[in-house]
Amino acid sequence: MSKLSRRKLITTGLAVAGGALGLGVAARIAQRYGLIPPDHGGIYGLGETLTYASQRLLTRHSLAREFPRSMISKPPFANEIPPPSEAFKRLQAGGFADWRLSVNGMVARPASFSLAQLKSYSSHSQITMLQCEEGWSYIAEWNGVPLSQILQAVEVHPQAQYVVYFSIDPDWWESIDMADALHPQTFLVYGMNGDELPVGSGGPLRLRVPRQLGYKSVKYITHLTVTDSLKGFGKGLGSASPEGGYAWYAGI
Amino acid sequence: MCAAAWYHSGVGDSACIPSAASAIPASVSSATVPSRHSALVRVTHWITTLCFLALLVSGAEIVVSHPRFYWGETGNDLTPTLFKLPIPASRALVPTGYGYVLPDQNGWSRYLHFQAAWLLVLTGLLYAISILLNGHLRRNLLPAKDDLSWRSFSTAIASHLRFERPSDAEAWSYNLLQRLSYLFVIFVLFPLVIWTGLAMSPAFVSAVPAAVNVLGGQQSARTLHFFVSLALVLFLLVHVGMVWLAGFRSRMRAMITGRGGTFRARPTMERT
Repeated sequence: MSKLSRRKLITTGLAVAGGALGLGVAARIAQRYGLIPPDHGGIYGLGETLTYASQRLLTRHSLAREFPRSMISKPPFANEIPPPSEAFKRLQAGGFADWRLSVNGMVARPASFSLAQLKSYSSHSQITMLQCEEGWSYIAEWNGVPLSQILQAVEVHPQAQYVVYFSIDPDWWESIDMADALHPQTFLVYGMNGDELPVGSGGPLRLRVPRQLGYKSVKYITHLTVTDSLKGFGKGLGSASPEGGYAWYAGI
Repeated sequence: MCAAAWYHSGVGDSACIPSAASAIPASVSSATVPSRHSALVRVTHWITTLCFLALLVSGAEIVVSHPRFYWGETGNDLTPTLFKLPIPASRALVPTGYGYVLPDQNGWSRYLHFQAAWLLVLTGLLYAISILLNGHLRRNLLPAKDDLSWRSFSTAIASHLRFERPSDAEAWSYNLLQRLSYLFVIFVLFPLVIWTGLAMSPAFVSAVPAAVNVLGGQQSARTLHFFVSLALVLFLLVHVGMVWLAGFRSRMRAMITGRGGTFRARPTMERT
């Protein structure tokens, strides 16, 4: 064995050992700082983890772009919605007076809010883009209450890691990490373009997460749960999306 | 001397090519025949190929869910298009003129798209840094000064237009047009396709709004991403066509094993 190849062997060995050690340390740090998405398993786990971790580090406090009023899309676009359930139709017939948003989990004071109670908080608005993973997009003005205010009202435990949110449609639930849940542009939306939020756009209540694609902005929200682990929800992948083959994190 | 060739640049690497005086007989053992492409170039080439094909297939599947393109910030079924692809869609709401809807493939397509993009970006970084440091860029990719004249440019174009089969010596060095197109792909098209891709990410542009604003909006970024991808596909087709013309088997062998096949003499185009 020549000198050169022995040196190469040692260097390569050290590089491999260093790489393995580095990966191990990186995984521990990522776990510690909540940079591993719940759907990190499987063949696409590596790419998914890299995307989530890098975007979470890059965007912890960044704000989604807001637009001038003149850029609001006219006419407003609304995607297809599944046919409403009987329960939804009953609530709609009553003008959504009986619509409730229940909040529980790792909170000091579990609560249930009517729309009127949500509207009693000071109303905020944002003119942001809703972008679908398919490729289309529109800009609208969204009126509502920042989710952080509701989380403050129910007093979230400091160990909380995620907020899981549920549509009245039982197949439709999502979750976001606390960076997105407490983000100033994450709204419980009840109004759109100065009017009530139309049913086609998610009325009477929709969660807006403007730094992620449209499928994270779930329509017809009835329930929120604050948790430190997503394992107990569905198949433990974080939301209905990964169960249907879509990524849990939708920042890209 | 060539034991360390794996980290050298391979093509046209003067350090590994014997001098003209000692023309190597055909029977020489393969160990002393220089590598036509270094291991780094070969490994990154095939990882890039694999990633690009994955990105192409998954990207096409994503386009099928909304085969309409726009300019500016927003675009949807209610807004006028810049152009439409005359294909059916995998979403019922898109007005395509076809009476049927293709199955939804976006879930795995998006997972695969970003997985392949990460692998491609990391491979590209490894390649770009390596060729900067080991001299492959300077020696084999940047055109020599005296090659950057209209004369050598028109000579190269003319010989390409005549579909001239390159000489054996040319196997050891990239020609002028080859160098320019590789440089364009590596340093213009790939950065552009990554940029326009990131410019579509609502999270990324929340941190770096200029990335999308200078492109004219999110839908503009999507349209540009599509066209840059088309340019890369065009490069792929020409690239494979040229490999075919130059001798598919020997060029494939060179890119897989590194072996140059019939090595006769020091190439005349060597640059130091």
